[in-house]
Amino acid sequence: MNQSSLLKKYLMALTGIVLVGFVLVHMAGNLQVLIGREAINAYAYALQNLPAPILWGSRLFLLVCVLVHAVTAYQLIKENRMARPRANEIEVTKRAGWASLRMGLTGSLMLAFIVFHLLHFTIRAIFPEYNDMKTTVGSPDGSEIHDVYSMILAGFQVDAISIFYVICMFLLCRHLAHGVSSMFQTLGFRSERWRGKLDLAASAYGWIIFAGFSIIPVLVIAQKYGLVNCLETCGSSCSVNL
Amino acid sequence: MKLFLKVWKQEGPEDEGHFESHVLDGVSEDSSFLEMLDQLNEQLLGEGKEPIAFDHDCREGICGTCSLNINGYAHGLENSTTTCQLHMRKFEDGDSITVEPFRAKAFPVVKDLVVNRSAFDKIIQAGGFITVRTGSAPDGNAMPVPKENADLAMDAAQCIGCGACVASCKNASAMLFTSAKAGHLNMLPQGQAEKDSRVLNMVAAMDEAGFGNCRNYGECSAACPKDISLDYIAKLNRDYAKAKIKKVFS
Repeated sequence: MNQSSLLKKYLMALTGIVLVGFVLVHMAGNLQVLIGREAINAYAYALQNLPAPILWGSRLFLLVCVLVHAVTAYQLIKENRMARPRANEIEVTKRAGWASLRMGLTGSLMLAFIVFHLLHFTIRAIFPEYNDMKTTVGSPDGSEIHDVYSMILAGFQVDAISIFYVICMFLLCRHLAHGVSSMFQTLGFRSERWRGKLDLAASAYGWIIFAGFSIIPVLVIAQKYGLVNCLETCGSSCSVNL
Repeated sequence: MKLFLKVWKQEGPEDEGHFESHVLDGVSEDSSFLEMLDQLNEQLLGEGKEPIAFDHDCREGICGTCSLNINGYAHGLENSTTTCQLHMRKFEDGDSITVEPFRAKAFPVVKDLVVNRSAFDKIIQAGGFITVRTGSAPDGNAMPVPKENADLAMDAAQCIGCGACVASCKNASAMLFTSAKAGHLNMLPQGQAEKDSRVLNMVAAMDEAGFGNCRNYGECSAACPKDISLDYIAKLNRDYAKAKIKKVFS
């Protein structure tokens, strides 16, 4: 695919906007864990039971955005490496920051994280016993539904998994710090007057996403070691062996 | 001043190239970087060796001919300065200085520190002009230009096409140069007629030359001896999108 460099950059920015929006909605949804078992279970049930075209249409759309974002990034990086066959003897950087220079690294790790995360909590292939967690709490009609609350608590009981999630959210935070500001520049909506403010807003957005996602594994681990006591207990369904 | 120099030596485009070390004593701190290289070449000629080839012309910072990557910085560490305007007082006695050519696939080395920057000419030929009959100067007030636009166009027109943006970009992207040259004309009434074809063709020529892609680092603007702002890249991105959409729906 030999399309113009700018079209490839537009693709990065446009798919980036979709994914930036998605992580915010996902984070807002997750925070319902803090409200309680009923809120998150009912929310998850409602999402899972959306009409099939909407549910699968959204999933497909997000998947396409991730794939286009990743494949285009790969093409751009390949071209960029070819553009300087011999590296400078001394490589110095005047302005670009850590996050900007490592978008490929943080992006690749995010891709690996997405695969793990889907296998962990969405497809539940890593711990199939999550599928057996059922409850009536949060169910709209009193029937047994999937106990997402217990699954999250059980999932983050494992120290290594919680640490892994928090590290990945930090990488996402840094990826967003460059990406959110950069997409305005790529689409032509940035000027030197706004650059500092946009960089600041992008960094703040990254930290909000980091805090919003990380608070749940952090609280689960803190509760596990008796540091806090703000989450409901797992209930009987949490007794799966981990 | 006594300097320990590590300078790139390359016989021709096909040669692998390598660094050579030289010790140069008695350098005046009032001399410019290029005068220091002249002094080194005199010393090399005295020793019966071949002098080092490097590009230079006006030596007053306005022609864009001098280049050089000095200790990793295009045109050296000083901001808003070309190599010819960089003076040795910015260095310390006993400093080690590494000098290499601007490195990019689109800028092949001709010899030693001289690179071929014809790729920039190709970008200009693709759209960095207005198609009008030349010869008779139009009346100064015949075509009113808003003061703000005239200033912005002048800021872009300051680009001397030296290639420091490409050399300092981690991806050897020519977006700052292309955006300055396209932006300069796109902001003036004379440039409106060919605005869309200009951006489409200049970007196509830029891509074809083998430059990398812009990743919005801002290294180019930080290295630019004329302080061309990233605003012109944003403007090129904007103008290109508009031109592309118009082309698709026309």
